[in-house]
Amino acid sequence: MRVLLRLAGYALGHRWYLIGAYLTMTLSSVSAMVIPRMLGDAIDEALASGLQSKLLILAGVIMAFSVLRGVFSYGQRYLSEALSQRAAFDLRNDFFKKLQKLSFGFHDQQQTGNLMSKATADVEAVRMFVSMGLIRGLSVFIMVALIGTVMFLTNWRLAIVSMAFVPIVMWRAIMMSTTLRPTWMKVQAETGNLTTVLQENLAGIRVVKAFGARDFEVEKFERRAGLVADLTYKATRLFASQGSLMTFIFTVATGAILWVGGREVIAGRLSTGEMASFIMYMGLLGMPVRMSGWMVNTFSRASSAGQRIFEVLDAESPVQERPDATPLPRVSGHVKFNDVSVSYDSAETAVRGIEFEAEPGQMIALLGGPGSGKSTLAHVIPRFYDVSAGSITIDGTDVREVTLPSLRKNVGIVLQDVFVFAATIRDNIAYGLDEVETEDVVRAAKIAQLHEYITGLPDGYNTWVGERGITLSGGQRQRLSIARTILLDPPILILDDSTSSVDMGTEHRIQEALREVIKGRTTFVIAHRLSTVKSADLVLVLEGGEIVERGSHQDLYDHDGFYRKIYDLQLRPQEEGAVTAGGDA
Amino acid sequence: MMHGGFGGGGGGGGWMRGGGGRGMGGRMGLDQEQEEGGELYDHEVVVRLMAYMRPHWKRLSITIAAMFMYTGTIVVMPLIVKLIIDDFIHGDNLAGLNWIVPIFIVVALVQYGSQYVNQRTMAFVGQRVLYKLRMDMFTHLQRLSMSFYDRNEVGRVMSRVQNDVQQLQEFLSVVLVTLGDVLSISGIVVAMLILNFKLGLITLSVIPLLFLMLMMWQGYARRSFMRVRKAIAVVNSGLQENISGVRVVQSLNREDANVKSFGRANAEHLGANLQATKFTAALFPAVEVLSALGLAMVIFFGGSMVLDEVIEVGLLVAFALYIQRFFEPVMNLTMQFGSLQRAMASGARIFEILDVEPDVVEMEGAVVLDRVDGEVRFEGVGFHYNADEPVLHDVNIHAVAGTTVALVGPTGAGKTTIVSLMMRLYDATEGRITVDGHDIRDVDLDSLARQISVVPQEPYLFSGTISENIRYNRTGATDEEVESAARAVGAHDFISGLAGGYDSPLQERGSNLSVGQRQLISFARALVANPRVLLLDEATANIDTYTEMLIQRALSELLSDRTAVVIAHRLSTVRNADMILVVDDNRIAERGSHDELMALDGLYARLYSYATDGVGEDGDVVFGDQPKVADATSNGNVADGTWLVTMESPRGTREGTLELAVQGAALKGTWSGPQGAQEFSGGSIEGAALSWRVEMEGPMGKMSLNFSGSVDGDAITGSVEFGSRGSGSFTAKRAESGVPAE
Repeated sequence: MRVLLRLAGYALGHRWYLIGAYLTMTLSSVSAMVIPRMLGDAIDEALASGLQSKLLILAGVIMAFSVLRGVFSYGQRYLSEALSQRAAFDLRNDFFKKLQKLSFGFHDQQQTGNLMSKATADVEAVRMFVSMGLIRGLSVFIMVALIGTVMFLTNWRLAIVSMAFVPIVMWRAIMMSTTLRPTWMKVQAETGNLTTVLQENLAGIRVVKAFGARDFEVEKFERRAGLVADLTYKATRLFASQGSLMTFIFTVATGAILWVGGREVIAGRLSTGEMASFIMYMGLLGMPVRMSGWMVNTFSRASSAGQRIFEVLDAESPVQERPDATPLPRVSGHVKFNDVSVSYDSAETAVRGIEFEAEPGQMIALLGGPGSGKSTLAHVIPRFYDVSAGSITIDGTDVREVTLPSLRKNVGIVLQDVFVFAATIRDNIAYGLDEVETEDVVRAAKIAQLHEYITGLPDGYNTWVGERGITLSGGQRQRLSIARTILLDPPILILDDSTSSVDMGTEHRIQEALREVIKGRTTFVIAHRLSTVKSADLVLVLEGGEIVERGSHQDLYDHDGFYRKIYDLQLRPQEEGAVTAGGDA
Repeated sequence: MMHGGFGGGGGGGGWMRGGGGRGMGGRMGLDQEQEEGGELYDHEVVVRLMAYMRPHWKRLSITIAAMFMYTGTIVVMPLIVKLIIDDFIHGDNLAGLNWIVPIFIVVALVQYGSQYVNQRTMAFVGQRVLYKLRMDMFTHLQRLSMSFYDRNEVGRVMSRVQNDVQQLQEFLSVVLVTLGDVLSISGIVVAMLILNFKLGLITLSVIPLLFLMLMMWQGYARRSFMRVRKAIAVVNSGLQENISGVRVVQSLNREDANVKSFGRANAEHLGANLQATKFTAALFPAVEVLSALGLAMVIFFGGSMVLDEVIEVGLLVAFALYIQRFFEPVMNLTMQFGSLQRAMASGARIFEILDVEPDVVEMEGAVVLDRVDGEVRFEGVGFHYNADEPVLHDVNIHAVAGTTVALVGPTGAGKTTIVSLMMRLYDATEGRITVDGHDIRDVDLDSLARQISVVPQEPYLFSGTISENIRYNRTGATDEEVESAARAVGAHDFISGLAGGYDSPLQERGSNLSVGQRQLISFARALVANPRVLLLDEATANIDTYTEMLIQRALSELLSDRTAVVIAHRLSTVRNADMILVVDDNRIAERGSHDELMALDGLYARLYSYATDGVGEDGDVVFGDQPKVADATSNGNVADGTWLVTMESPRGTREGTLELAVQGAALKGTWSGPQGAQEFSGGSIEGAALSWRVEMEGPMGKMSLNFSGSVDGDAITGSVEFGSRGSGSFTAKRAESGVPAE
């Protein structure tokens, strides 16, 4: 309920739309009430009086009110739709803004698809709640109340008979939508599973064929497809049985009106016209009453969708700027880790007891297997995560004491897999900067060994890349990232030196570019190649989140530990080649 | 732990792209989908869909009968009202009135029963038909050859099985409702005309007005819906991009700027929706006004008739009720118009796939292979997609059972094709391939697959548990066999370290494991069937040092006692092979042991020196894949191959396919554009710069296209002159239909 109230708050933000929608809704309901009444009058009075002119007047009144109803109903539909769209607009903006601010720790635990579905399907559910639940939901009650009142004023006996069916149908409708919903959700989940099986099968068709797994795959698909078919059928059957039951109740209601009403007419307590208008009123009630189940449904959907959205909106980013944070000026690049531990959740510590110092301009190589903590170590410097114990200082200042933008301006990142935004290549290089001279972009691209490629493109620097543009290869993306970093010119740099499988020429160009970019910066390399490691001032070998070996390449090689093992593996074939002795590799 | 983050996806390795989508032959390429417009009725689609319905004809007859009954109750109800008013009430016939009770109960029951039976039976038939369609498509897709997948993106095929079938599901229910609506409308019209022809005609005069209005509405609505769809796409891609790229955004302090630009896209979305609402909100009220117009006419003209004692009051009421019931089915019909069009298009697309014939087919009476020794022979094997562009030519290989054959050579030389032919993912176009003397075209496909296991460059895992994935190659493997395969490749330690051990679930594509760990599982999977022939296609190219260490240790055991064909990266693996084949220019250029090849001082020796030079450079010994850019004598292969070309000219965008063949500094090839295919020669290539000229007969006489540009990896960019008709630019991408990055 608190969730729904909070969601209603989004609608209240546009209260003139809300008031307008309620007002036009009420007016259109009232206008709608007039029409059956006019039919009754036509039968009772006009026909009794025998005057054709009276008929003409009544027909005119019907037209006038129906046009009025049309105008009001248009207003109500437009306003409620516009209101719901505006509420969704606000919600989406809030959601996006929040996502941009939440730290890596949050995003690590989220899947893109999941967040996407919150931003799309859940926001849509909230929108339906605003237009269907908040506004039309009320209109059902207004209709029932108005029609009920008119009926009671006309003939209370017949009114009781007619209105008795309303709660029964409403109850059935609500029951139906609440029992249907879990079944439909199962159908959706199963359809999702079917898609996964299909997607995996088609994307991996070569593997499927290579392993002769056709029958196995067909069986797997058959099971899922069968489930989808059965569940869909089950849901439709439920829908059919409940839907026809409601039709049945309404037909019985009409029969009852005719029977009781007929007796009342014969007894002289009701006119024929009044009875005709009762039947017409029942027709008016049919739709909204049947839809009430659906409207109630929007409430329960919105409450769970809202909950999922608010989970994100209310998430506290673990990385918070202190209120008294000061901007960090451009640093010289002296980085010190003081007994640092990081844990993503309290149960598991990613790295612990890290202690080292990087002098300005030094290169620190971080080496270790997957899960050893080397990336974590690099990512706590720009505060993508916070340390859970110890501290990190840059030029003597604790990173938690400075503002985030100023800190991140001082720390650049070049990673293996570079994200390319849908924009021109120039804007991708200048990403992160507000105003950049084109010469600077070109200069950066030249150092990053990317300029030649760009000038060969049809639109040069204005070529659109990323989605809806040309695709950059892995090597090009990496050089793009290097160009970005050169332009930002950070005194501290975090670098992932692994290259995706690229040919020798590209590889060489990347290495050239990397050598350029690390000049004069304190560089932390998440190292994959021993050439980098060999030229590092300090090598930290990590295992299980701890530094197990440290020193220069020579120190570590002499030490005959983990480092020596990796080193031998990479260089042994070369030595074999030189000695032409066989090995067993 | 941190996962790599930074989205973007590394892209599939060369293996998953397969032999490349050379020669975009129209035969198997699926057409671009056209969303808007289309026919309301496509005879072929309907006939073929009917074939799917035919087995259910009994149920279908029941459904249709039920539908008629339901319509009957709708039409009869106002008639009963008329009867009551005119005969019983006005006749003060209380006894007659009491008859209402049983009559109404019967009508209500018939209505209840017929509606339920109708909807339930139709749902049953519909789901059976869709299930059959899905299964037919899936089974058919499994039979289709790799060449089909080379030419069609996974996403597009996916959308046919999922979206198009879904669309048909909607269609089936729409057909049902439409049929019901048409029946109701006809029933009401007939009833009105029979009851009183004149009043009926007067009342029905509203209909043309109604249809005119609905047609106009359709046109406007479609346009504004299109704007909405575009706006939604922009908002969603903005979200997607910023969610998967959030780490970059934060590291570059870009949050505020992105919030602003998202706000703009969001506002356009709002604007588009508000505009569309202006139309959509108008439909219902407008129909209601017309309905009221009908009622007003009944009251005036019908009332006058009552006054003239031509009709009775009850008839007037019955007409009013008919009008109330008439407009709902009419509105439904309008709504279903677009759905019907889309369904016809979907049906056509589904049958298009079902009509594609597979290239690789199992012979009738194919031999089921028992366990083989593993002697593999290629005898004069050639392969091409297009006759004038050989991918492989006259390849002869004899892999003695139990030995290791290494394939080395530049990118695009045809190494992966050799491996693919061995698994019969494609059929050789010349010569034959035998396993233990059996031509592989004569043997049962599954039994062939049981003899051969492959480890691709990019590990491909399925969602499920780890043990399910290892068992993928042999579903019957015992837990012990799974574990011993995992031990053999060094995967056991990390698997048993996971919380669920071998039963740990893998997310889609195994994304909760590192690439190295995935490759270890991929190795174990290849091994669990204890294959006679093992194919390693650059299996260690993409993994981290640590995992590589594990695999190198296991490799000698993996290769022992079975035939192995290894496309190799690492020098030691190549050197230890019994036979090294150097693949270049689509054929086997050199063959022999390491020492023999070194003594030959040819391509192998040159590649070898590249590799060992590379060691000094960065300590990473990678053998083989260098493009020969630096080599002036054969600067081929940089540009060799098939390219998909997009030209931007003053008259718009044109697309074509380009096949380039380099010989020394000369360039020749074939250009296939909108005007047909044309061979050309006399082009030149120098380093990365290349130019060529295509002369062809166009619709307006002779024309020539002068291309000049430069090649960079998998792209050629440059300018093109259209004779004297102006110039434009072009970009060419290597024709490889890849697996889209997630």
